[in-house]
Amino acid sequence: MTNSIKLRGLLVLACVLLALASLAPTLMKDRLPTWWQNAFDPIHLGLDLQGGMHLVLGVEVGKAVEGRLDSVIEETEVLLNDEDIIFKSVERFDGERLKVTVYDTEAGEEVDAVMREQFPSLEPMTIEESSGYVEKNYRFSDKEIAQIEDFAVRQALETMRNRVDQFGVSEPVIQRQSDNRILIQLPGIKDPQRAINLLGKTAQLQFKMVVEDADIEAAKTGNLEPGTTLLYERDVDPRTGQVTERPIVVTERSSLTGDLLSDAQVRIDTRFNEPYVAIDFNAAGAKRFDQITAANVGQRMAIVLDDTVYSAPTIRERISGGSAQISGAFTEQEATDLAIVLRAGSLPAPVNILENRTVGPSLGHDSIEQGVNSVIIGAVLVILMILVYYRGAGVVANTALVLNIIFIMALLGMFKATLTLPGIAGIVLTVGMAIDANVLIFERIREELRNGKSARIAIDSGYAKAFVTIVDANITTLIAAVVLFQFGTGPVKGFAVTLSVGILASMFTAIFVSRLIFDFFLDVRNVRKISI
Amino acid sequence: MELIKPDVNIDFISKRRYAAVISVVLILVGLAALVVRGGPNYGVDFAGGTVVQVRFNQATDAVQIKELLVPEVLASAVVQRFGDEDNEFLIRAEETDGGLQGMRTALMQKLEQEYGDGSIELRRVEMVGPQVGKDLRKKGLMAIVYAMVGILIYISWRFELRFAVGAIVALLHDVTLTFGAFSLFDKEIGLPIIAAFLAIIGYSLNDTIIVYDRIRENRGRYHDKSFAELINRSINDTLSRTILTSSTTLLVVLSLFIFGGGVIHDFAFALLIGVIVGTYSSIYIASPVLLMWDKFQTKKTQKA
Repeated sequence: MTNSIKLRGLLVLACVLLALASLAPTLMKDRLPTWWQNAFDPIHLGLDLQGGMHLVLGVEVGKAVEGRLDSVIEETEVLLNDEDIIFKSVERFDGERLKVTVYDTEAGEEVDAVMREQFPSLEPMTIEESSGYVEKNYRFSDKEIAQIEDFAVRQALETMRNRVDQFGVSEPVIQRQSDNRILIQLPGIKDPQRAINLLGKTAQLQFKMVVEDADIEAAKTGNLEPGTTLLYERDVDPRTGQVTERPIVVTERSSLTGDLLSDAQVRIDTRFNEPYVAIDFNAAGAKRFDQITAANVGQRMAIVLDDTVYSAPTIRERISGGSAQISGAFTEQEATDLAIVLRAGSLPAPVNILENRTVGPSLGHDSIEQGVNSVIIGAVLVILMILVYYRGAGVVANTALVLNIIFIMALLGMFKATLTLPGIAGIVLTVGMAIDANVLIFERIREELRNGKSARIAIDSGYAKAFVTIVDANITTLIAAVVLFQFGTGPVKGFAVTLSVGILASMFTAIFVSRLIFDFFLDVRNVRKISI
Repeated sequence: MELIKPDVNIDFISKRRYAAVISVVLILVGLAALVVRGGPNYGVDFAGGTVVQVRFNQATDAVQIKELLVPEVLASAVVQRFGDEDNEFLIRAEETDGGLQGMRTALMQKLEQEYGDGSIELRRVEMVGPQVGKDLRKKGLMAIVYAMVGILIYISWRFELRFAVGAIVALLHDVTLTFGAFSLFDKEIGLPIIAAFLAIIGYSLNDTIIVYDRIRENRGRYHDKSFAELINRSINDTLSRTILTSSTTLLVVLSLFIFGGGVIHDFAFALLIGVIVGTYSSIYIASPVLLMWDKFQTKKTQKA
């Protein structure tokens, strides 16, 4: 045996063994020793095959900017009072502008000075004088807005990560995308609706004082005292499960918010056997809570989550321990989820669902079965056809084809690529196209044989002539596959991956491996005639 | 075994005018279908909206499901049978459920009320917001454009510009025809279909390049032949390979179409049309365009 054949044979053998070793964890699962399973990952299935949820959430960053502006307004009021500047109002207007209304130009200049010093990120805008008032307008600089938005998305991402961790999903994907979007993939999730509820909640916890003497009817028509707001209290009938909503007027400003929490846990109220959420404040929160309860004994305090009042208990005494409870006729799961979102932290701005693709496990299972069937049936048909057409050489081509499929699967596992349903279609397509390389070579060999060349020479020139054609033809398909990979998402990306891996693997098997087999028979076995 | 005798010499090029007529007619039929249907039938990926796939444990029909849901749960909906049996359906609605309160929950409740608790399995939900749909549409189009440009550059580099022009004309022909077939059969165009289009582009080129490669090679061998004869000879030389490869590819795509299941049925359909059209175009479109370009150039140089 010549050295070249030995070397090439060893290389192919090593590739095959490595491929089989890496495929074993996929095919045999737990029957392998653990070191083996640790060495090679099984092929990772896409959400369309294993079932699961793919979500794209849009963070409403505009709300984060508004929220930031609101807190600037609060600070401004305090500052202007401290500086003894007389003003009519400080308000947010036109979404993202801050408007200070004063009575004369002199006060206006003073306001300008204060704002310049305290909030350098605010840009002064036009000064309007209307009916005896001076209005000073300010807005955040574009750079500041971009920073607030960026921070909001980053914080939302962090919060989502915390929530998903608490939810307990294996191998979740949480990524930031362009345009303030967050991609979340939860494989194999059992209860998608619960996950959506959990992830989508803003979870802004606020404590607000109830305004007892407010006129509810007037409030419903929009006539509210300044500084108050109308919310609804959620009430669940424990027997029927019927949810009722009761209007309640509370202060606009929160006395305390959820970002001062240190922990939230589900407990069971032994008297009614009802779950509630016990919350603990951190040091700052505990101090603040102590002050508020001390100052408002006898009054009611509303516990507000995302603008819904869960309960509004009367403060009986000063509470200094830094803990409180949220009760509100929860089911146990609702209480658990509430505790999760409170622990994970609130979102800096509301999110909405831009894209949701959920595949149930049974459909995924069916898809795998049908996909694998179509690969097998397609491959068997091709193998038979090639065998009939090329006989002896057909065996060579078919060996290359089977190796090709094995290599594709092994490479997918090693590159940690994701196999999707269109990915399986890509394998099917590769099977059809991979044989093309051998067809090209064999047709060339036949031509050479017809011209009266010997087997040795026919094979040599057949491979040499077909090689350029094969490379040219495959590279164009590879270009299409690479473009698809760049632009595609999810399942489509899987198609691009298997197609490109398939093209590369097929060049190796159809050219290198099949040539080796021919050379082996010609040089080692001294075969003089080939069956083609 | 040999399907095509080595000395075969079919005159393909002389029939190029008939082929052109057939292609133009087919493209027009596709375009007419597109106009009649009022534009492409975009799936939720591109149009935005929601698709819910449900399986019942008993047979039922689309009309009944639609009556249950419209207008109580959904403002409008299209209900289609999925697969071969009478118990699985696709419900498509324009609504996108951006908030938290699930349309999915309302829909399932309504159906379970009618068919009994636990008698329905929610197999798949796909919701795409209008903005994301628009983004995906743009991305899909860009993908096709970029792929074509990339290929044009590669072929111009490896061959000559006129070869690239022929290849691109053939590609446009293939994609237009497949697109037309989708309109004609009223099939939805979604993300996987764009992937199929790109695969068709890849395949069709594969085929075209093999003929081109032979033309390039034969040019050095036969100096006495006209360019038309040269092209014809090359097509015949590669004919047996063309038929064999197309058949094997067609076999696997058919297997995908028949056994691959409902989720990729349309995807397989696109590939099926694409493989047939791609094989046809590399013989009857790509090569004649090459000849036309050649004649056009000769005329131009003669005039000058």
